[in-house]
Amino acid sequence: MNHGTALLWKRRALSSLSATRRGLPKEKMTENGVMSRAKVLTIDTINPTVKKVEYAVRGPIVQRAVELERELSQGMKKPFAEVIKANIGDAHAMGQQPITFFRQVLALCSYPELLSDNTFPEDAKSRACRILQSCGGHSMGSYSASQGIDSVRKDVARYIERRDGGVPCDPDDIYLTTGASDGIVTMLKLLVSGEGATRTGVMISIPQYPLYSAALAELGAVQINYYLNEDKCWSMDIPELQRALDEAREYCNPRALCIINPGNPTGQVQSRECIEDVIRFAAKERLFLMADEVYQDNVYADGCQFHSFKKVLFEMGPEYSETVELASFHSTSKCYMGECGFRGGYMEIINMDNEVKAQLTKLVSVRLCPPVPGQALMDLVVNPPQPGEPSYDSFIKERTATLSALAEKAKLTEQVLNTVQGISCNPVQGAMYSFPRITIPEKAVKEATEQGQQPDMFYCMKMLEETGICLVPGSGFGQKDGTYHFRMTILPPTDKLKILLDKVKEFHQKFTQQYS
Amino acid sequence: MSVLQEISPNVKNIKQSEYEVLASRASQIEKELSQGVRKPYKELIDVCWCDPHSVGVKPLTFVRQVLAACVYPQLMKSHELPLDVRQRAQWLLGRCDGGSVGSYNAQPCIPEIIEKVSEFTTRRDGGVPSYPENIFISTGSQWAIMDILNVLVNSEASPKTGVLTPAPCHVTSMMSITALGAAAVPYYLTEEQGWTLQVEELQRALESAKGVCNPVALYVINPGNPAGLVQSRKSMQEVIRFASEKRLFLLADEVYQDFVYGENREFVSYKRVLAEMGPPYSDTVELVSFHSTSKGFMGECGMRGGYVELVNLDPAVQKHIFKLISKSSCTPVLAQMALDLMVNPPQPGDPSYPLYNQQTQHIKNMLAQNVKTTHEVLNSLPGVISQPVEGGAFVFPRVFLPPKAIQKAEEEGMQPDTFYCVRLLEETGVLCCPGSEFEQKEGTYHIRFCITASQDIVKEVLRHLTTFHTKFMKDFS
Repeated sequence: MNHGTALLWKRRALSSLSATRRGLPKEKMTENGVMSRAKVLTIDTINPTVKKVEYAVRGPIVQRAVELERELSQGMKKPFAEVIKANIGDAHAMGQQPITFFRQVLALCSYPELLSDNTFPEDAKSRACRILQSCGGHSMGSYSASQGIDSVRKDVARYIERRDGGVPCDPDDIYLTTGASDGIVTMLKLLVSGEGATRTGVMISIPQYPLYSAALAELGAVQINYYLNEDKCWSMDIPELQRALDEAREYCNPRALCIINPGNPTGQVQSRECIEDVIRFAAKERLFLMADEVYQDNVYADGCQFHSFKKVLFEMGPEYSETVELASFHSTSKCYMGECGFRGGYMEIINMDNEVKAQLTKLVSVRLCPPVPGQALMDLVVNPPQPGEPSYDSFIKERTATLSALAEKAKLTEQVLNTVQGISCNPVQGAMYSFPRITIPEKAVKEATEQGQQPDMFYCMKMLEETGICLVPGSGFGQKDGTYHFRMTILPPTDKLKILLDKVKEFHQKFTQQYS
Repeated sequence: MSVLQEISPNVKNIKQSEYEVLASRASQIEKELSQGVRKPYKELIDVCWCDPHSVGVKPLTFVRQVLAACVYPQLMKSHELPLDVRQRAQWLLGRCDGGSVGSYNAQPCIPEIIEKVSEFTTRRDGGVPSYPENIFISTGSQWAIMDILNVLVNSEASPKTGVLTPAPCHVTSMMSITALGAAAVPYYLTEEQGWTLQVEELQRALESAKGVCNPVALYVINPGNPAGLVQSRKSMQEVIRFASEKRLFLLADEVYQDFVYGENREFVSYKRVLAEMGPPYSDTVELVSFHSTSKGFMGECGMRGGYVELVNLDPAVQKHIFKLISKSSCTPVLAQMALDLMVNPPQPGDPSYPLYNQQTQHIKNMLAQNVKTTHEVLNSLPGVISQPVEGGAFVFPRVFLPPKAIQKAEEEGMQPDTFYCVRLLEETGVLCCPGSEFEQKEGTYHIRFCITASQDIVKEVLRHLTTFHTKFMKDFS
């Protein structure tokens, strides 16, 4: 080879090397010799953490459910008349009614000309005026401050003080968010740092609400699993927390501990002692506590009570209350409101270093502000009608009806599922879901594995195709190896829920028989 | 020591906004005013942002009537609301799970609304086809930009991922880039020629990135912000060719597309220009365009809604985008409805049309007048040059600050134009954004304020600015 050709080859090799270094896929030759342009953005060049993100609640099973709905509406014959989406905690979608007062105020805020309409009660009107006064140009269409409307944050602080028996709350510690999910992800964004062995690790309960694992994957944080104790009604076990932490310290820097109370998907309501133990653990191990308390009004079981992490923290005295760093999250999506579509939420930040808080404030300003209607709704949630006000009676009536219906359905679900051989359901103490354990016959496990599916996904897919009931397989939430579960909401109206539970029973028996 | 002392470096790196200095001073002043402290003004006039409702522009009646009826369906029973309002609310609620705006309705969005959006962009783009599967709802354009950047940017990469950004450029996009661990590579718009985008400058910017970062995307804002340019078709074609040649992913922020004022200027979308260029460009250049319900005639900033349209993306990548967005599930249902109302407004013959038309015409006239007035007044001030505003929501005049003022600013630890804006705030109660927020050329100073405000408010701002500026220039001469 002469010198010139060698140089040419070298140059070509170098340029292709730099293209590879740049992460650009090279031009490809198609079969007919035409250069097909490779894209700038391909699976190989996108952010690698994005690829790892999975979100079971809206994953493949839901996509199939949507397909089936379409097929049904096109007249295709199925063994069921409708698809029932018992997969997502969406109360209104399942027929729960909104609180009239809230909707009245929000309508007045949307179209203030209605203030002259006599069909609206006076207290709704005065609430609307108060909210509009705190909006730029008296319109919900104006941007608000990034941390949220001042007067709403003050109202949230007062609500928290009342809820926690007088434990003080500083409105400056309140950040309004776009649903609780936004607050959670923002905190995680703030926290996650380090590289390799110092990469931030975040402890999450297994089973968990998949937002956490998805966010951690996206941020490239290390997920540290601690198992809830199924035999003890999904309670938290300090020795298990310790085990998870100690193991994780070998390969990452654990800095935060996430708790969902009342639990999702498990429905457990943690006891006060348990919460104290967790706080002590976090203090000892220097972990930032993230308490997801969006289901705080959804407590059904006798002997169970919601204890806010903040209240317990403060009642443990200054040794803890002045040192443990905590963020608690709430939302307008659950409880008795069920207003998922408004994307209202807040987080309370306790004992955060001031400089870090300034960084948090800076971070939230990047998205400008949370949706103003959601902020307005949150204001109503923390500031509902009071005794003596015109709307009080109907408000209480509606709230009580919704919460007691949920309590009834929680009980019903536990009862019916426990009559099925091969299904074992812990009491649904709170939240909106049952998370029963199911026995899947070996043959089915084998078939699932051959098809490359998790056995409980296989089970749930079959259930969907045969009954139209859409559930989320336990593998989407995490579970102990060798165990299988599904998550089903308790939201459908009672009579429909009864039918659903019977169908689930029927299917399970049939499935077990088929694969025995 | 706090557990959280060590936080994400990407968050730390986000530049503290210059506006924060002003914002905290403004809250202080507001407190003082409420305590009865005497000032030459009774209240503050904040024209920093494009937030029309907060500065005298009324929401569109049709929009608010429909939203109210959706929130409180009882309203549909009365005949107080026009028929088309009731019909639209009924249609929208019929598309919601459980017939309620309180459901998640995220798949990731009400499909029929996505269809309406695609019909809208097809109409807008003279028939260039638009496919619903390439359209995603967003929780405002800033959120969407961050989501898309998140897919593009590998925060672990070394060298860093680079994004070519216009200079000047609005703040939040810059913050998003930093927050994701990417590097912004500024390309300077040519102020003296009305802020035009020169391809040679794009080339220079790209060269400057060698060895520093790995540019993968080109971010354009058209109509501009803060610069009031509206790109010509020719300029857009040049940008597309450049993106194609240099293998850059094109991000087109088009939220101000309804605000075009220049003579012989019209908004043409990047999607349309791309399609009209034909193959190979039309089949290959990867483009994401952003729109929002915050701007335009609706001005519904507080709703947090918008959409993103993807062109020529790899289907596998698009699937991941879908997955990311459905995990977020953060677009409020009311915002989705506002989007429908934006892309599908009342038509001639509809009961609400006359009022709708009157209100939008009023806003158009207001804007045209504001553009004229601000141009005249600003350019009459010594030491101020304001380029013609062809589009967008802002004026961005250049202020030639005297050396004494610059020195004083340095002594006070502020950027010179921040110092100017703080003084303006304290003496007149008017809040404008300093140009140093926006990556202006070194050694130049600007201020930005919105023209999407009532004529009265704009006139008052100009009146105050004139008085203040004259005094300021004298004091520091």
